[in-house]
Amino acid sequence: MAKEEEKQYRRERIDRGINARSSDIFALSSWREIVYLVSPRVLPMIALLALPLIFQLGGSFYWAKVVVILAIVAILAMSWDLLRIAGMFSLGQALFFGTGCYIAGSLSYYLHWPIYLTIPAGALGGAILGTSLLMGTLQLRGIYFAMVTLAFPLLLVKVIQATAILGGTAGLAAAPFPNYWVAAYLAIGALMICLFGFRRLIDSDWGLVVRAIGQDDVAVIASGINVRGRKIQVLLISSGASAFAGTLMTHLVSYAGLSSFALEYSILPVASVVVGGGGNFAGALLGAGLLTFATESLRTLGSLRIALYSLLMVVFALGVREGIFPYIRRRYHQFERRVAVD
Amino acid sequence: MNDEPMLKVVDLSKHFGGVKAVDNVSFEVNEGEFLGIIGPNGAGKTTLLSVITGFLKRDTGKVFYQGKNITGLSPYKICELGIARTLQMVRPFYNLPAFKNIIIPLCSPRAIKKSGAKYGERDDIALDYMEEVGFERDSSVPYKPAGVLPHGYVKRLELARALAMQPDLLVLDELFSGMSMSEVASTMFIIEKLRERGMTIIMVEHRVKELVRVASRLLLLNFGKKVIEGSPMDVVNSPVAIETYLGSSEEVE
Repeated sequence: MAKEEEKQYRRERIDRGINARSSDIFALSSWREIVYLVSPRVLPMIALLALPLIFQLGGSFYWAKVVVILAIVAILAMSWDLLRIAGMFSLGQALFFGTGCYIAGSLSYYLHWPIYLTIPAGALGGAILGTSLLMGTLQLRGIYFAMVTLAFPLLLVKVIQATAILGGTAGLAAAPFPNYWVAAYLAIGALMICLFGFRRLIDSDWGLVVRAIGQDDVAVIASGINVRGRKIQVLLISSGASAFAGTLMTHLVSYAGLSSFALEYSILPVASVVVGGGGNFAGALLGAGLLTFATESLRTLGSLRIALYSLLMVVFALGVREGIFPYIRRRYHQFERRVAVD
Repeated sequence: MNDEPMLKVVDLSKHFGGVKAVDNVSFEVNEGEFLGIIGPNGAGKTTLLSVITGFLKRDTGKVFYQGKNITGLSPYKICELGIARTLQMVRPFYNLPAFKNIIIPLCSPRAIKKSGAKYGERDDIALDYMEEVGFERDSSVPYKPAGVLPHGYVKRLELARALAMQPDLLVLDELFSGMSMSEVASTMFIIEKLRERGMTIIMVEHRVKELVRVASRLLLLNFGKKVIEGSPMDVVNSPVAIETYLGSSEEVE
């Protein structure tokens, strides 16, 4: 007779009792299914829109500002994920971020352009400048591309330091946002456009080709596709979004300085996608949110915060390797239970 | 234009370091012809195809396609002119359903120009091409992830990928390698149908027996050089061909 302890278990996954999938019109036949399908999409968006209201009206101005930074980091992380999907593993998202920062900053400082001009100009200029800087490196793959992108922001920092152009080490003072609400809802609006836009883009045929390039570009070349052209398109979108995030940062802190090219802005997007899960952009958003809030709430711990923060990263990278978002999505759609193995 | 051969290769050479992978090879392919290229391992067959289709840069020589010099053009431009190739090492997009692999060539400028397929129609057209290589749309095969398909199926998927570009000249690189005998037979049937339709085909293959059956002309390569070219039976029975594969007659004795 087998002892009770020796009984073996396995995990069984069962789909939740829903009759229709989201692509089917039949989901409209029951409220339960509509709520099941719509709530995971709508509720986080409502929460995101409500966050500035809660903090600003509740009087915690510090956390209200953190919400804007969260949105900025999230845009950065999503644009990094887009590059990664196309097979361009960038370690220099700070290049785009910093260029956006500096373009908006110098237009504001030297030419006194208003915010509604510096932000689009910064995003557009950042896209063009970032893309043209990296255009010659597109034939590089994997770690070589990563190394080149890592070098570019460091290079620009040294150039600005050495030549003392664009304010040198002191940086440039830029015009602040007229009020908090403009900053918050511009950032969150841009975040949502990126989130839904990127998701739609990557699900389209265009996105299919981009994903295929990320997997194996030789087969895509053999399919008669101009791979270099596609990579440039992706690079333009990604660097534009990142530069846009940079312009928001410039006006949020009323300052464009060398810190915008810091390694932090290259690593944060990577960390966000590692924590949140890649490929669907919602993971990047979730990861960016968690990391930003973790960084800010651990700030009271002083220098120990970096240690805790790093530990957190290791735990997530090892414990939830698929990423938090795919994990949550799986748990939402499936039951998991232990059943005895006969 | 009409007198011009469809593809004209003139004194093409490609070296890798000291190795002459392709050494002064010249040949022509006329419209509607089926050229088979054979040769022992390492004879430079795949390299020759790669240079023609723009995957590798040539050292010397020229390639003309329909009278136009295509030497040194990028692969996608050569595809756009109407040359499609299959890859010897097939690497399908593993986590995509098999038929979604065909969407990618359907997004190429060539396919868009030819069929004008718009977003949303491509799934259906992709399934048409899947049927062309023998995967019925009612079966489960087109919807399975490409990564779980057996090797022979993946090879046929590769053929469908090339066909989706609606080429005028189809270049097949060892399509039969890794296929079972029955798969070879069914794929042969597909290729014969393409030939009857008037498609010009260049096929590199180790299975000489199958090639002799369909090819209108054979070209034998060895050490990057063209050894002999002619009608299939002449080439296969020629002493130089036997020597290439089996060694010289003195050694045999």
